Amino acid sequence: MHDIYNFVVGPLAWFGWGVFILGSIFKLVYAYNKFVTKDGTSAPYMSWKYGLRSIGAWLVPFNALGWRNNPLVTVVTFVFHICLILVPVFLSAHAVLWQQFFGVEFFWTLPDNVADYMTLAVIAACVFFAVRRLAYPRVRFVTEAKDWWVLLLVVSPFITGFLAYHQVFQYQIMIVLHVITGLAWLALIPFSRLAHMLFILFSRAYIGSEFGGVRKAKDW
Amino acid sequence: MKFDRKIDDAGLREGIAKLTPEKIQETFLQFIEGETGAKLKVYSETCVRCGMCSEACHYFMSHDGDPSYSPVGKVTQTMGVLLKKKGLVDPEFIYKCAQIAYTECNLCRRCIHYCPLGIDTGYIMSMVRRFCHKLGVTPLYIQDTAHSHSATFNQMWVKDDEWPDALLWQEEEARDEFPNLRVPLDVEGADYMYSVIAPEPKFRTQLIYQAAAILHESGVNWTMPSLPGWDNSDMAMFTGDFEMMGRLKRAHFECAQKLKVKKIVMGECGHAFRSVYDMGNRWCGWDNYPVEVVHSIEFFAYLLRSGKIKMATKFEGPVTIHDPCNVIRGRGLMDELRYVTSEIATEVIEMTPNREHNYCCCAGGGVINCGPPFKNVRIKGNKIKAEQLKRMKDQGVNTIISPCHNCHGGLEDIIHAYDLHMELKFLGDIIYAHMEKTKAVE
Repeated sequence: MHDIYNFVVGPLAWFGWGVFILGSIFKLVYAYNKFVTKDGTSAPYMSWKYGLRSIGAWLVPFNALGWRNNPLVTVVTFVFHICLILVPVFLSAHAVLWQQFFGVEFFWTLPDNVADYMTLAVIAACVFFAVRRLAYPRVRFVTEAKDWWVLLLVVSPFITGFLAYHQVFQYQIMIVLHVITGLAWLALIPFSRLAHMLFILFSRAYIGSEFGGVRKAKDW
Repeated sequence: MKFDRKIDDAGLREGIAKLTPEKIQETFLQFIEGETGAKLKVYSETCVRCGMCSEACHYFMSHDGDPSYSPVGKVTQTMGVLLKKKGLVDPEFIYKCAQIAYTECNLCRRCIHYCPLGIDTGYIMSMVRRFCHKLGVTPLYIQDTAHSHSATFNQMWVKDDEWPDALLWQEEEARDEFPNLRVPLDVEGADYMYSVIAPEPKFRTQLIYQAAAILHESGVNWTMPSLPGWDNSDMAMFTGDFEMMGRLKRAHFECAQKLKVKKIVMGECGHAFRSVYDMGNRWCGWDNYPVEVVHSIEFFAYLLRSGKIKMATKFEGPVTIHDPCNVIRGRGLMDELRYVTSEIATEVIEMTPNREHNYCCCAGGGVINCGPPFKNVRIKGNKIKAEQLKRMKDQGVNTIISPCHNCHGGLEDIIHAYDLHMELKFLGDIIYAHMEKTKAVE
């Protein structure tokens, strides 16, 4: 079991990170090249000012019309994304790994009990998204198999991490599953619906530039 | 997916009769490779299918939350399937794509305000239209207007001699009221070239009379072109015939350049304005328009601010404003529109939502131009607007101001169908009727 653990946090982890980083670079460079060569009627209108204005406007909960008209989704979406990013990065157990493999020293980590609640929040948010997919015709109608896979992919490392931390079932197995699902999550970011993590700043900045620069109206 | 609302249209029917799945796929692959880029790809890969855009759409709201009318629902049923199947679909599916893209989306872009990822559904639907156009599957009536553009450079088959004839007719009519009024034709170096959409000479000729009266009274140096290029409208933009869209815009601007005018002033139209600043110019490779184009809203605001036109009286009674998508969400003229309205009417009561959040009229984006077969699509598809207008009516508002031809067409049908008994006004209607007419005979 120890060998398996060493394998998943060693070679497999490097592989997962490699796919994530190289895949993300590839995807972004590919999209950038395609944008400047094939979207000639759009690319020249990109603007730092209006792009950042749009990103800023949408980062404020309940500021955009869409956020205001979907209050519950807004709250869950913000909580979900904040926890989704903070927990994996600033968990004290992960800080050890950051130090061990990347030489990055953190000055601050999340207190374990806070991280625990944040993990539960992510799991609860995923349950909310799943229920919404099933119960809401407008979402069910457009849901595909890959929307379910991606939800499963996102929630798995949080469930396995939570169970491992609380030593439910067998710790050794659970921690290996946690690392594997976490790496799958990372590696599939560039190649699944999770790609919105890479592209959101650009797609938001683009439409913000169009609205601010050309259409002289707000896009929120 | 079941599609139980097929409407018979000769253009779509005849169009798909010539297709095979292989032909469709070949065209699709060329289209994707040659004409689309990162935008379409990123949009289709990153949409997380949250469905938040649904409530943005008047069709969705008017059909009691039927998900097949939501923006993402319409994308999923059309471009989503095309991309997934790499264009290998049967002709009947193209019929469905065309019906959805041409008649169930006004390209109003209200959904932009709902999508956290900034996905432009209007763009995706216009790409579906472009693809249908390349396959030759377009609704009959709007295709007729596009053919008219190709043959005559105007939307309504107005012949070369009929155009100056219509202008001179209105000049003659107006001279009973303003004895020295001229509709100056082809005056080189004029400050303003006034351009209209072809429905004006065809069946809203009084608008030319009104505009001539306002321009005459204001004393500005203006002209109208006598040759093709006078029509600023652009149905080719909406059918997906971008080649023709580019030719039309070029003709329009070259017309102004030949006359060496300083600015183009255009009548109260939304889509033509979109064509000049947003789509036609880009197709021609211009960053912006080569001759400045001023919408009537801005021009009236200028005339009122500078005192070139003074109001003798104001329109009595409360009015409300319907914000046209192409000049408001499309070009930010909401404050100017409110300035002009407050100058010409005694009381303005705002609708909610309004400004760039306003619900569409359901006629724009070429939907009304798809003609009688799809009239009920527009009327049933905009119950939400009727309810909004009804709320205004309940507050004692009987007059709606909207500076857009398409909005007038769409709202007239809605007002009639839902028994609202409200009247619609262009800004020019009120300005003409209530301005000081110092140059008129008593």
